[in-house]
Amino acid sequence: MTEALNELGTYIEAKRPDCVLGWDVTHGELNVDVAPANIAGLAEFLTTDSTTRFSTLVDITGVDYPGRSKRFDVVYHFLSMYQNHRIRLRVSIREDQMVPSIVDVHPSANWFEREVFDMFGILFSGHPDLRRILTDYGFRGHPLRKDFPTTGYTEVRYDEVEKRVVYEPVSLVQEYRQFDFMSPWEGAEYILPGDEKKD
Amino acid sequence: MMDGSNFDDALTGEQKIRNFNINFGPQHPAAHGVLRLVLELDGEVVERCDPHIGLLHRGTEKLMESRTYLQNLPYFDRLDYVAPMNQEHAWCLAIEKLTGVEVPRRASLIRVLYSEIGRVLNHLLNVTTQALDVGALTPPLWGFEEREKLMIFYERACGARLHAAYFRPGGVHQDLPDDLIDDIEQWAHEFPDLLSDIDGLLTENRIFKQRNVDIGVVTEDDIQKYGFSGVMVRGSGLAWDLRRAQPYECYDEFDFQIPVGKNGDCYDRYLCRMEEMRQSVSIIKQAIAKLREATGDVLARGKITPPSRTDMKTSMESLIHHFKLYTEGFHVPEGEVYCAVEAPKGEFGVYLVADGSNKPYRCKIRAPGFLHLQAMDHISTGHQLADVAAIIGTMDVVFGEIDR
Repeated sequence: MTEALNELGTYIEAKRPDCVLGWDVTHGELNVDVAPANIAGLAEFLTTDSTTRFSTLVDITGVDYPGRSKRFDVVYHFLSMYQNHRIRLRVSIREDQMVPSIVDVHPSANWFEREVFDMFGILFSGHPDLRRILTDYGFRGHPLRKDFPTTGYTEVRYDEVEKRVVYEPVSLVQEYRQFDFMSPWEGAEYILPGDEKKD
Repeated sequence: MMDGSNFDDALTGEQKIRNFNINFGPQHPAAHGVLRLVLELDGEVVERCDPHIGLLHRGTEKLMESRTYLQNLPYFDRLDYVAPMNQEHAWCLAIEKLTGVEVPRRASLIRVLYSEIGRVLNHLLNVTTQALDVGALTPPLWGFEEREKLMIFYERACGARLHAAYFRPGGVHQDLPDDLIDDIEQWAHEFPDLLSDIDGLLTENRIFKQRNVDIGVVTEDDIQKYGFSGVMVRGSGLAWDLRRAQPYECYDEFDFQIPVGKNGDCYDRYLCRMEEMRQSVSIIKQAIAKLREATGDVLARGKITPPSRTDMKTSMESLIHHFKLYTEGFHVPEGEVYCAVEAPKGEFGVYLVADGSNKPYRCKIRAPGFLHLQAMDHISTGHQLADVAAIIGTMDVVFGEIDR
């Protein structure tokens, strides 16, 4: 399985050296890093080429790394039902950067890109209808960004006086508790009270 | 102008017909949950269909980022609540792939057994409620009786009828008692009778055929363009099944057939589901035969699984391990994996990005229904309004997994 994927990676790199920034096979899965401008072209190549023939778009999603200068990864998964293999494409972008939409190649990308826009605020250029999809009508913010609090900003309830649903800022009776049971002696970088005065 | 180019001037206001927009759902019984469709109708023909989803959005993926791997497991029961264990399976496989844990044979067989029970649970619900959508009342009554029996098997294995949390990373939570295995086997012998009863009600039923044959035809091209999986693919003649194409667990040692349809319409998909249930029953019987021989532990004892109760009572290290496992949780090495299972509805996948801590950095849940519903506009355009209900039924959408 791994040899076949290695072969496939070499093949894609040889055919499209301008698109592929790097590739590797880890955990028996082929990862390819792609330059943002070339994603639509590469997706089309992968679909039409008879060796790759990645006919089905399985998934598009984002990952937020607030610490990096290229903050977001947009991750594409493709599957070939004919050649029976999978591939993962990764595109790293800055916060202000747009990604070309692949709706023209795969119509199924439509909702996935809407979802990534909704959850991360990543814009896709050339998308026909980039509306929010999962969150409420008129929702603000992008929930899956790491700087978005899990509790959110607004809450809704039915108002008996106004006879309608009203939106209010979240008010918690107690602070939202993040239980963190990481061992102080393995793994976690803890600063115990008083430790900051160490040096 | 009298050249005949303008016909409308003779029409009265009532005769000037414009397209009609209607709201289908979110409280429509045929919407299978909280689907809201904005339909543009020309007479009774659907011109455009815009599904509005997200009414059941609970932010599962966000919540998962602040919980440990084990605490996240029960969220998967709440995705496709029709066949809960199949979802857990994908999550466990993803963790096992990253940690490199081998599942003991008995646990693997139990997983197969319960995944297939989940498949029957799902198909029973889907086939019978789709029949309800097109006007038959008896099938759901019969089907739900059988689902009840299956949910009792769930309950006897893990204590819960729906929210099982039974598959755990490294195996399954508890071993099955022998009498439960006997009862499942007995059920597997009785079930085909009920299946042929439902078959007799629906397969040659004139109304059922009129409502389903040649409705919602899916071609091979549609499948690739819209990313279909599961029965939506097999109904159109492609023998694509992850259990066969990319075997996971121990599916490669089971003998089963993959039913395919010919025309790719709602009726063929119904036939595929019926046959898949029969195949599942055959897998269940094989799994039971294998289970009787495979005795042994059901959890790969190690860092990611709890110690046995006897160990906990006698060994201090085990007690500490148990305490740390259920408070801190286990750590998963850094990396990213995508694991997919053939859930009853299609390819259910988990894309997991781990950063080496006890919580997932990012987990994306790939639900088959999301893509199927997306193609709603494409499939239902040109059909009549009444067919929309049949198409939603055949797509097998459950909003737990679509809205996440």
